[in-house]
Amino acid sequence: MLRYLRLLGTQLRLSLTLAAQYRTDFFLDGLMSWFWLGFNLVPLLAVFAHNERIAGWSFAEALIVMGFFAVLEGLLESAINPSLRSVVEQIRNGTLDFVLLRPADSQFLIATVRFDFWRMLEVPGGLLVIAYALHRLGHLPSIAQVLISLGLLLSAIVFLYSLWFMVVSAAFWVIRVDNLTSLFTSVFDAARWPVHIFRGAFRVLFTFVIPLGLMTTAPSEALLGRLAPSTVWISLGGSLLFALFSRLVWNRALAQYTSASS
Amino acid sequence: MTPWQERRRAYLAMLRVEFANATHYRATFLVFALQSTMPLIMLAVWWAATEDGPIRGMGPGDFAAYYLASLAVRQITASWLVWGMNGEIRGGGVMMRLMRPVHPFLAYSAESLAQMPLRLLAALPPMIFALLWLGSAHFTRDPLLLGLFLVSLAGAWLCEFAILVTIGTLGLLVESSIAIYQVWLGVHALLSGYLIPLTMIPEELRGAVALLPFRYLLSFPIEVLLGSLSRGEALRNLGVQWAYAAGFLGVALAVWRAGLRRYQAYGG
Repeated sequence: MLRYLRLLGTQLRLSLTLAAQYRTDFFLDGLMSWFWLGFNLVPLLAVFAHNERIAGWSFAEALIVMGFFAVLEGLLESAINPSLRSVVEQIRNGTLDFVLLRPADSQFLIATVRFDFWRMLEVPGGLLVIAYALHRLGHLPSIAQVLISLGLLLSAIVFLYSLWFMVVSAAFWVIRVDNLTSLFTSVFDAARWPVHIFRGAFRVLFTFVIPLGLMTTAPSEALLGRLAPSTVWISLGGSLLFALFSRLVWNRALAQYTSASS
Repeated sequence: MTPWQERRRAYLAMLRVEFANATHYRATFLVFALQSTMPLIMLAVWWAATEDGPIRGMGPGDFAAYYLASLAVRQITASWLVWGMNGEIRGGGVMMRLMRPVHPFLAYSAESLAQMPLRLLAALPPMIFALLWLGSAHFTRDPLLLGLFLVSLAGAWLCEFAILVTIGTLGLLVESSIAIYQVWLGVHALLSGYLIPLTMIPEELRGAVALLPFRYLLSFPIEVLLGSLSRGEALRNLGVQWAYAAGFLGVALAVWRAGLRRYQAYGG
């Protein structure tokens, strides 16, 4: 365990050095992380400019969902996406072999290979948004509500990581998968809205296929104290299942990987 | 052969090569086409918002027509040129382009234009779906406006191409142009009408947004197609759009010249 923490530290230092190489990118990224937060608010403001409530959600309540979305997006863009993008490239170039040869868990090494530090700023930004929204509502959540909400957030992170690993596993078969990750990013975008806004096919998609509703709507409902207890168990169990399944897919993918170079 | 004939032959050859390239990576292409889910998500959101009645004169059908048209227009005009240019400049691959006796911009334009048949194919489903489902009532039936729509589409493509090629060229001056590109994507989504129709932008900001060039990249062609502009307005805006296009192309060429002077190749 300690060894993995040390490994994590080394990987973090490495990607900081790498990122500082490209200075314009580095500073623009810093500015942008706050820009995206504001950017996320615009459609929300535009839609609620004309309505008190949409699909049973008031502006402040929807703002909480947005806050959770920002937290997850920050993690996604800072930790998950950069790593997985580099894996896809390594699969294509054949340099993944050097990673697989290392004496540590391949899934761990790959998930930590690159971090984008600035985008991490979105995480506290999202938490601030949630705090502001709760203040606006005049609602102080109980400790139990906060804990349940945090648990749901954690399982949302597990969901994200698992889904992403499955996408990357696809890279072993179809090679050009870099845009498959951006396809997923664009679908994930729907998570900024409370899932109740979506009807019909969208609702089914975001509830069962890609459980966006569990990722951002459920933790918000937990904070507001109107979450059905069964949802908690579905979310925790579902994320565990997803994690196991993604590990299985990853191992299966590795087993049939024959490298690109040889 | 006159030099012009030679150039035409070279350009046609480039188009053929790039078309083969585009069809070869058709799976990639499909994923890119599917990626623009944002309009559909925003459409779902506006539907939920219009349950109590239309907003600023726009009902569910109007929003559907707007976002489906936006989906189709983006298939034609959007491009991922910057990723390729950034990679080429950083990896030294751009040297190959510099050696050839045609301006690299022409090669990039051939790449984008050769994708047009596939792009049109991708633009068809949302349009057919819109016509079948909403009927033609939401779209203009004036043949002149339909013609102007096609011209405005070409103008939007040209503006977008010139801007993207400029951003890509900035990679010659700074280490990497991807961050700049992402800023551009964000601002574009907000101000071009991609995220929200420009009529939904607060009154106080609308004047400022109308002055900026973003509207001509997406919202303007849609407005023409939906018949929200009169013939005169459409023509006047078309003039502005093409003036912008010429200006952007001039800037692109100037940046390219400045960039080459500074460029030190990697990889050799």
